[in-house]
Amino acid sequence: MCGVPSLEADLSDVEPVPPTPAVRLEGVVKRFGDVVAVDRIDLDVREGEFFSMLGPSGSGKTTCLRMIAGFESPTAGRIALGGRYVTGLAPYEREVNTVFQDYALFPHMTVAENVGYGLMVRKVPRADRRRQVADALEMVRLPEFGERRPAQLSGGQRQRVALARALVMRPKVLLLDEPLGALDLKLRQAMQIELKEIQEEVSLTFIYVTHDQEEALTMSDRLAVFNRGRIEQVGSPAEVYERPATGFVAGFVGVSNVLEGEAAAAVAGDPHPFTIRPEKIEMHELDAAVDGDSCSATGHVREVVYLGATTRYIVELDAGASLVVMQQNLATSSMEALQVRGKAVRLIWRRSNNRPVEAPAGALEGSMDQEEAQAS
Amino acid sequence: MATGTVGPSDGMRAHLSAFLFRHRLLKLAALLGAPAGWFVVIYLGTLFLLFATAFWHLDAFTGLVVKRFSLANFQTIAHDPVYRTIILRTLGIALAVTLTDIVLAFPLSYYAARQAPARARNAVLIAVVLPLWANYLVRIFAWRLILSPGGLLVWLFEKIGVHWSIGYSNVAVWITFSYLWLPYVVLPMYAALERVPGSLLEASSDLGARGWKTFRSVVFPLIVPGIVAGSIFAFSLTLGDYIVVQLVGNSRFIGNVIYDNVGVASNVPFAAAFALMPVAIMSIYLFIAWRLGAFEAL
Ligand SMILES: Nc1ncnc2c1ncn2[C@@H]1O[C@H](COP(=O)(O)OP(=O)(O)OP(=O)(O)O)[C@@H](O)[C@H]1O
Ligand SMILES: [Mg+2]
Repeated sequence: MCGVPSLEADLSDVEPVPPTPAVRLEGVVKRFGDVVAVDRIDLDVREGEFFSMLGPSGSGKTTCLRMIAGFESPTAGRIALGGRYVTGLAPYEREVNTVFQDYALFPHMTVAENVGYGLMVRKVPRADRRRQVADALEMVRLPEFGERRPAQLSGGQRQRVALARALVMRPKVLLLDEPLGALDLKLRQAMQIELKEIQEEVSLTFIYVTHDQEEALTMSDRLAVFNRGRIEQVGSPAEVYERPATGFVAGFVGVSNVLEGEAAAAVAGDPHPFTIRPEKIEMHELDAAVDGDSCSATGHVREVVYLGATTRYIVELDAGASLVVMQQNLATSSMEALQVRGKAVRLIWRRSNNRPVEAPAGALEGSMDQEEAQAS
Repeated sequence: MATGTVGPSDGMRAHLSAFLFRHRLLKLAALLGAPAGWFVVIYLGTLFLLFATAFWHLDAFTGLVVKRFSLANFQTIAHDPVYRTIILRTLGIALAVTLTDIVLAFPLSYYAARQAPARARNAVLIAVVLPLWANYLVRIFAWRLILSPGGLLVWLFEKIGVHWSIGYSNVAVWITFSYLWLPYVVLPMYAALERVPGSLLEASSDLGARGWKTFRSVVFPLIVPGIVAGSIFAFSLTLGDYIVVQLVGNSRFIGNVIYDNVGVASNVPFAAAFALMPVAIMSIYLFIAWRLGAFEAL
């Protein structure tokens, strides 16, 4: 009898106390009139992680971020920062800072004045301020630009000033709303690397909004996939990519095939819908051998898109439905790839790559179109 | 031919536009020629005539204009205390009117530009502009009726037991001017406020600044050009007006002196010299505004 309380005490000693999340959303809802922008979201963002919010346009990412920053207040639910509820607090009362999508640099101030603005508001003495501003500009690789006006900077430089202006405040959490959206591909990729380096350097919590799945996958420790104001899945990039929880996630995070119903039954022996990644599928001659661990399906190549390093084929299956197949162009020239159009082929992939999902494929169609548009 | 669709006139036009592109000055001249010519001849021309006339003078015995250079008019203005008082009075009222209008215009334009839903914004703007559709004299007479002894305001004051009449005084002039020029101050201020992106205010708040700090450090510097533009209207219109003073006031302003000298006294050279006073005052005003950096954010 007397052993029970001590056992309890032992248990609570052994079990690790979960660390306080940097940001916590509890049942957060945001309505604008009839529009439900954010629909009952629960989310924990851990201390020091690079967390991405990924989702198509209008899925509620920006609204979510703006509620964390304090620019909008939730219709329902609560928001906590570092274990403290801040739901009703104004932006200037929260220890978060934002890098705005349009940078929002003050046009009448120099770069140094912009970066020092928050410190000036905090009444940091002038000498300290100057040093911290110089450090922050150093960190974003713009040490010589302090005296310029924002209008005299390129888009990428403005973006870095916006980043420095937020970083210099040493916030607990930094919110970034598609900060690279306006940049060209080259600069974008360079900035992605720099951002990630800076985040590791200062070990801040980053919440990063993007609708670019590649960006989210390469930069994040974890990500949340948004759809219509709800979160479909939260996990590491590998988890989300390899084991998408829903058809929507499978489609949005990289192109994915969803087979269901008769086609699924014909190919895998079970009508339950599943996804298969285009790059996991091999394309062979019709008479190729199939071992017991593999799925196989025959069909005709309907479409060939030569993409340089890879070629994308759309194969019309004899069992109905179609599959997107992605092949490395190891020894294939564009001529050879294009000649495959119309040919009868056998598709083979390992059964273990099938991922059962719950969602209807309808949600997938739209996102495939979007993916197509991004690729072109 | 691939260029078969390009007709000869298209070719000419393409040539012309290429030519103009290479000769930007010519393009500018073609664009601005007419208005610039009008400006030089009519505006600067009359200003020059005014300037020249100011240095002639009226012969006291013959009543004729003597077209010879002299500083007589300016000596009169400088030495006669009556004129100095009139200039200072005009200047004081003009400043008071300008300040009053800025103070009144800010909340109106801030509400319209930044907070009001579309319908309320239109309502405010229409309410501000509406008086401009009514005749200027009618509006002054309306104020005369309100402010004069036995008028609406006095009657209202008496109802609450205050016996104070402001009819026919500088206070009445100040109130009437402030009312008349308010739209000219609201509109540029509204335009300036509307141009400030909302994300700048959010960024300021995000960086820890409360409302007042954001106003002082972000909003105000960005709308200074709008405020200056509005104040130039209120200030210069007050300096030049003489009708309001005649209808609701009891003293003389710069405008009245000029009017009297052109009309009753037929002393056009003196009127011209006196008319240079508001020009000088405006120049100083603009210079100060420029030195304070009012036009930097333009
Ligand atoms: N101020 C507002 N008033 C009315 N509706 C709004 C407002 N802000 C957002 N919405 C709506 O809320 C939904 C979510 O918008 P949000 O800006 O959060 O999307 P997003 O995921 O950031 O999209 P994007 O990738 O295009 O930026 C959209 O349907 C949008 O039209
Ligand atoms: Mg957005």
